[in-house]
Amino acid sequence: MVHERYERAEETNVKILVPVKRVIDYNVKVRVKADQSGVELASVKMAMNPFDEIAVEEAVRLKEAGVATEVVAVSCGATQSQEQLRTALALGADRAILVESDAELQSLAVAKLLKAVCEKEQPQLVILGKQAIDDDANQTGQMLAALMGWPQATFASKVVVADGKATVTREIDGGLETLAIKLPAIVTTDLRLNEPRYATLPNIMKAKKKPLDTLKPAELGVDVAPRLTTLKVVEPAKRQAGVKVADVAELVAKLKNEAKVI
Amino acid sequence: MSILVIAEHDHAALKAATLNTVAAASKIGGKIHVLVAGSGCAAAAQAAAALEGVAQVKVADAAHYAEQTAENLAALVVANAQGYTHILAPATTFGKNLLPRVAALLDVAQISEICGVESPDTFVRPIYAGNALATVQSADTVKVITVRTTAFDACGQGGAATVENIAAGPDLGLTQLVGRELTKSERPELGAAKVIVSGGRGLASGENYHSLLEPLADKLNAALGASRAAVDAGFVPNDYQVGQTGKVVAPQLYLAIGISGAIQHLAGMKDSKVIVAINKDPDAPIFQVADYGLVGDLFQLVPELTAAL
Ligand SMILES: Cc1cc2nc3c(=O)[nH]c(=O)nc-3n(C[C@H](O)[C@H](O)[C@H](O)COP(=O)(O)OP(=O)(O)OC[C@H]3O[C@@H](n4cnc5c(N)ncnc54)[C@H](O)[C@@H]3O)c2cc1C
Ligand SMILES: Nc1ncnc2c1ncn2[C@@H]1O[C@H](COP(=O)(O)O)[C@@H](O)[C@H]1O
Repeated sequence: MVHERYERAEETNVKILVPVKRVIDYNVKVRVKADQSGVELASVKMAMNPFDEIAVEEAVRLKEAGVATEVVAVSCGATQSQEQLRTALALGADRAILVESDAELQSLAVAKLLKAVCEKEQPQLVILGKQAIDDDANQTGQMLAALMGWPQATFASKVVVADGKATVTREIDGGLETLAIKLPAIVTTDLRLNEPRYATLPNIMKAKKKPLDTLKPAELGVDVAPRLTTLKVVEPAKRQAGVKVADVAELVAKLKNEAKVI
Repeated sequence: MSILVIAEHDHAALKAATLNTVAAASKIGGKIHVLVAGSGCAAAAQAAAALEGVAQVKVADAAHYAEQTAENLAALVVANAQGYTHILAPATTFGKNLLPRVAALLDVAQISEICGVESPDTFVRPIYAGNALATVQSADTVKVITVRTTAFDACGQGGAATVENIAAGPDLGLTQLVGRELTKSERPELGAAKVIVSGGRGLASGENYHSLLEPLADKLNAALGASRAAVDAGFVPNDYQVGQTGKVVAPQLYLAIGISGAIQHLAGMKDSKVIVAINKDPDAPIFQVADYGLVGDLFQLVPELTAAL
């Protein structure tokens, strides 16, 4: 299903970079480790951050519409992030770059790595997820925009690229806002931007042959030392188990007399 | 220690989230200054000067702050960051859009959405949709922080801060506002409401959502909220969404109607004081967090409840 907004191909020169992060699958119920050092990652199902799937989808649709010329997926992290890059390639990205590091990469470090990649690749548009669902930071796109000196349109629910600019509808607390930003620019995706496709088997096979380059932070000249130290990770206080009430009358009585909230 | 709070406002008045952010700043301790950057924003600046605990209000009044774009605001904040140990903004779409840009320009980390202050350099924040709480310590000279507003009670009034005009920063001209479609409602704001009536996919249509939930919300003077499924299905606009990626709320009373209780939804409402769930599926996960659960058909139970109030 190609939405009409992808159909006009006035811009023919847009290269898009899509950063994707490997995170715990959103269906997994995370468990805090007993030693409070973090959450259990061993033998847990991993996946591409859901907002990044939306970012890949948007970039691929822009390419299919003839607006973009090339879609490059990039991930920063451990070797296994190759899996998520292969997924991006199966969804339609042309090639991939892994910035390989076993270090803990915080948002500022990722933004600096992505800046170095932008300087090499010279994209006109970088589409990121609005937040990674592991650390829920919601920072990297805005930080990259700052480091590049580029405009940003975060929390996008609609993107139109034409005439050297992107017109982006953003989900804000009071409703919606539409901004026009000059390219090169940064966009971060919200959930309603699009519905990502599924990778088909033939495309998964094809993705295995697409190029995937590996770089190291040191080659990019980036210091990725963390600025924040996690002292401990704990489970939040559990809510007291509640009760089932028999009917509306009992509910109203409880709310009035027991909870005293109405 | 000296803290700069970035005010969220609409030029005429402060947004409630600014008051929670000042309260978080008070927990850190030290002198609190508030930056009000806007266009014709004297009234908002006066309101900031009256907040309890605020020592000084800095006002940058210029046409290019009318739209509150991150590019122009970040440049202004960075130009005025000298001497501050902490820079705070609410973790609303305003603060989330702006503050990471400020942090990167200062070459420091941002600590997102804190829900607790342990010491001036150590903070508690939710991760994994609130399924875990991390205590993090910052080694940066300036701590750039967004504040989960529901975790801090609004600061009081009665302050008498000085108000100082400061020079506007540059107009970078990177961004142009095309338009805004803001939801108009007579109801209390979701973030500030004492009671929230929230509806999910179980309502089956926008028409049902409105015809069933509005009379109930009227009786309770409640704000209206929704699950992502209800928003995606077009029952209500996006700004109704409660959850990990929508709004985080913590009212006195939260009624979840036809909502299953996915972790992403729970992330946005499980700190509510009292939770009521109405759902026809007795095994729906929402009942694990509900203080009072009512199993049955919402099409029958909601009108009954409205009539009984
Ligand atoms: C990255 C990511 C972020 C997300 N962020 C959010 C978020 O911020 N907020 C959010 O809400 N979701 C979010 N989600 C989606 C979330 O996972 C769920 O899909 C969503 O919350 C489900 O909405 P629902 O409970 O309305 O629908 P469903 O899960 O379909 O539940 C509908 C419920 O209605 C009940 N019902 C049906 N008919 C009746 C009836 N006649 N009477 C009584 N009960 C009835 C059913 O028993 C069922 O329990 C996110 C998902 C992802 C992947
Ligand atoms: N390690 C990473 N590698 C590639 N992209 C990342 C990485 N971390 C974050 N991102 C991108 O930045 C977005 C926001 O992440 P965050 O700021 O961590 O919430 C994600 O949705 C990704 O698009």
